[in-house]
Amino acid sequence: MGFPLLSVVFLAPLAAALFLCFLSRDARDVIRKTAAGAMTLTLLLTIYAYVSYDTAMGGMQFTESIPWITDLGVSYSLGVDGISLPMLFLTEVIGLAAVFSSWNIDKRPKEFFILLLVLIAGVSGTFIARDLFIFLLCYEVVVIPIYIMVLIWGSTKRVTKEYAGIKLTIYLLMGSAFMLVGIVALYLQAYPQPLRTFDIEALIAASQMGSFSESFQIFTFFLLLLGFGSLLSMFPFHSWSPDGYAGAPTAVSMIHAGVLKKIGGYGLIRLGLLVLPLGAKFWAPLIAGLAMINVLYAAYIAMVQKDLKYIVGYSSVSHMGYVLLGFAALNVVSISGAVANMVAHGIMASLFFSQIGFIYEKTHLRSIPELCGLAHQMPRLTVGFMLAGLASVGLPGLIGFVPEFTIFVGSFAVYPVFAVLAISGIIFTALYILRMLAKVLFGPKSDRFDGYQDERGIEMLPLILLGIVLVGMGLFPELLMGVISSGVEPIAPLLEQIADAPTLLGGVR
Amino acid sequence: MNFLAIGTEIAIAVLMLIVLAVDLLLPKDVSHRRIGVIAMVGLAVILVYTFGQYHIGASPTFFGGLFFVDNYALFFKQLFIIGMLFTILFSLEYTEKMLRYRGEFYALLLSALLGMCVMASANDFITTFVGLELMTVSFYILVGARMTSADSSEAAVKYLIVGAASTAVMLYGMSLVYGAAGSLVFSEVCRNIHLFYAAGLAGVIMVIIGFFFKLSVIPFHMWAPDVYQGAPTPVTALLAMGSKAAGIAVFMRILYTAFPILGNFWLPLLAGFAALCMIGGNIMAIRQTDIKRMLAYSSIAQAGYMMVGMAAADLAGMKAVLFYAMLYVFANLGAFAVLTVIDTERGGTSRRDITGLAQAAPLLAAVMTISLLSMAGIPPTAGFAGKLYLFTAVVERGYLWLAFVGFVMSMISVYYYLMVAKAMYRDLTPEEAEYAAPVHVPLTVRAAVLVSVFATLGLGICPEWLASLTNAAVQTFMR
Repeated sequence: MGFPLLSVVFLAPLAAALFLCFLSRDARDVIRKTAAGAMTLTLLLTIYAYVSYDTAMGGMQFTESIPWITDLGVSYSLGVDGISLPMLFLTEVIGLAAVFSSWNIDKRPKEFFILLLVLIAGVSGTFIARDLFIFLLCYEVVVIPIYIMVLIWGSTKRVTKEYAGIKLTIYLLMGSAFMLVGIVALYLQAYPQPLRTFDIEALIAASQMGSFSESFQIFTFFLLLLGFGSLLSMFPFHSWSPDGYAGAPTAVSMIHAGVLKKIGGYGLIRLGLLVLPLGAKFWAPLIAGLAMINVLYAAYIAMVQKDLKYIVGYSSVSHMGYVLLGFAALNVVSISGAVANMVAHGIMASLFFSQIGFIYEKTHLRSIPELCGLAHQMPRLTVGFMLAGLASVGLPGLIGFVPEFTIFVGSFAVYPVFAVLAISGIIFTALYILRMLAKVLFGPKSDRFDGYQDERGIEMLPLILLGIVLVGMGLFPELLMGVISSGVEPIAPLLEQIADAPTLLGGVR
Repeated sequence: MNFLAIGTEIAIAVLMLIVLAVDLLLPKDVSHRRIGVIAMVGLAVILVYTFGQYHIGASPTFFGGLFFVDNYALFFKQLFIIGMLFTILFSLEYTEKMLRYRGEFYALLLSALLGMCVMASANDFITTFVGLELMTVSFYILVGARMTSADSSEAAVKYLIVGAASTAVMLYGMSLVYGAAGSLVFSEVCRNIHLFYAAGLAGVIMVIIGFFFKLSVIPFHMWAPDVYQGAPTPVTALLAMGSKAAGIAVFMRILYTAFPILGNFWLPLLAGFAALCMIGGNIMAIRQTDIKRMLAYSSIAQAGYMMVGMAAADLAGMKAVLFYAMLYVFANLGAFAVLTVIDTERGGTSRRDITGLAQAAPLLAAVMTISLLSMAGIPPTAGFAGKLYLFTAVVERGYLWLAFVGFVMSMISVYYYLMVAKAMYRDLTPEEAEYAAPVHVPLTVRAAVLVSVFATLGLGICPEWLASLTNAAVQTFMR
């Protein structure tokens, strides 16, 4: 066995968090440098993995496996494929950017960085786990640090941070309760007693062998959909998302909107589609319909928001609609688009939140009517805002364009009406994003902002990191799409198998 | 007579007498911590001794099979001893400051422990009853040990009355079972077909109801919140983990060895009551502001989770119950150690009293949060592994709806546990600045909470060790 790259990626933040426990709470500089060091290490390793991943071979690579809890059939097994690798990369980029965005935090920095590192480790663990038990473990681990972080470092604007925190937590936990039942059912159904395992590939194999009847798949997929759907802020389980982001501190908003939400989409593909293909096929029309509502309804609400964080919050709900639509179309192109869109949205949403966090840190304002003409005083911030905004609108050359286009191409054949409606969603997106940019950045110059410094030094790093990815993957979409298609292509036979499987309402178009 | 079989019980009784004697010899104004230390050293020795008693093959018996020391009994005895040992450890300071009769307190703790150990080994209704009464009577006194507190006295009287009533019901039930089956030994009761007659069934129902009282199963739970809230905090801890686990131990043995032929009748009943406990306990806990009271309702819910495993009625279910009972001990140890410090330092255990604990004593706040999350079943704490064992066992028996109730309710429970976390971690308003002043945490408490938290996280990340112990425990049960 070679160098345990994924273990290091997973455990380095945890080790750093443990180290921080023993530091004095006043050693702010050491604390944040430790956090940044650990995250830089993981990011570099992830980039190495990303570059050296063999797309021609595909499948799980960098695998590790150690038997762990034998009587439950749990093993500590990690690995990445073309679907999880981009998500892992996303996690580490945003993780590092989040550390830099929190650089100036001066309230209880020790606890903050400990929780932040645990959070990042948990999220990356869900993407590299090849074992369902570890996936669940990491997934639920992240919920509690988020609650405490919102409670201590959050901000009270339209709703109190206590409300926002508990709302977010309850939604995610209730979703996961149903998901847990589904997973227990899967676990028990797949194999008889001594062979029981939580290994995802083994579950997929069981599914291929026909261990799961059609009605079982339909029932269990619905349970998983409740869990992953509420995590993905699928309508009608979306309302935690804007409130939660508004109450959360910048770093949590970045990670939550950037990657945590994506666990929902990732889980739907990895577990929902691969293990329960007939269930996925059956519920696809429902998902497509809800996806539509996500796109349009959230965009409508975003148009009337006054708080910057609420706009981005609703915009993220709206973008998740595209991901769901891509998933629901159930073909290789649309699913590739869905995965790519998760990455693209992660980058732009976290860039948005980091820039909003910067404005809020300096001016303590987030409301659009109070902000205007910031381009005069803060040109660098303006660059960040413009990049995130235009990517969100889907401007070619930035990261948002190709994934959205791919989704539309893939889903048009399956759901022509929904696809057209979704495309019209872009118009509304442009409306609220451009209006916001125009007012906040390019309005008349206001004297009250003269005293504020633009981003400099460390404060620019989130912008630089995320900006490079945003432009780089926009100009060279193959960087992203190449890896993703190597992960999605192998699903093609499975998708063909279920092409004629029964669907809800006979397949609405 | 194989006296080695009851070696553990004899040792505990001797230890109790030593504690009483030392108390008599000690002048009144001298610190009584040393008595606690004697008790702890004694318990530690006994704990190590019990590990040597695990066996493969036939289990030693005493009194012609009425007293049965199989691995199952040993496991529960170890659980009680661990719980008692660490409770004494974290309550040394509390006992010294808050109680008048300190020596007797330790002696009574040990006699309660003796009762629990007898219950774990009981193989007939009389021995069960002797153990049960020894434990409960000790607890009546312990609950009222804070002589100056009206709450404590009220709790003691309430516990006495309800306890006596439930004992009467159970005893009457036992007499009916004896009348129908003609024997009090579990293994003979199960063979007698007359148990199916009306008198026998009435007896079975009354025995079960008696245990429901002791386990505070809804709707027989009314005494629990008041007693938990009024009792001295370390005693509450023991009520929650020791008394409950002892009840579960003997209840499970009775159901599986004395009444197995009636399984079709009590299995759905048990599943129904388990669901009732999980729903009712968790929902009523939401409104509580006193943490001990909240934990009382939460313990009702926890009894429900353990009954889920019992409803599975197979080795996997039993194993899950044993696993859960042990992790629940560690979770309770952590939570109650923190509450004991709070009670000593701030004179109460309401949510107000723990305000700002994250700044006053970060270690205690972290331990409290982790312990509560373990009760809620959030990974990587042991609670998650425990619930997974419980619910996989019961889903396999076809009770999928019970798993729904269980998981949804445990997520609801996260809400009120997080309310405690919120009180500890939230920002303090300027008027509350006093709460940020550091709290004195004795070294003994530090040790106790660290052990509990390491056990909670350790069992969560690596449940294998305990799982193999529970395997050993259930293997000898069915013989």
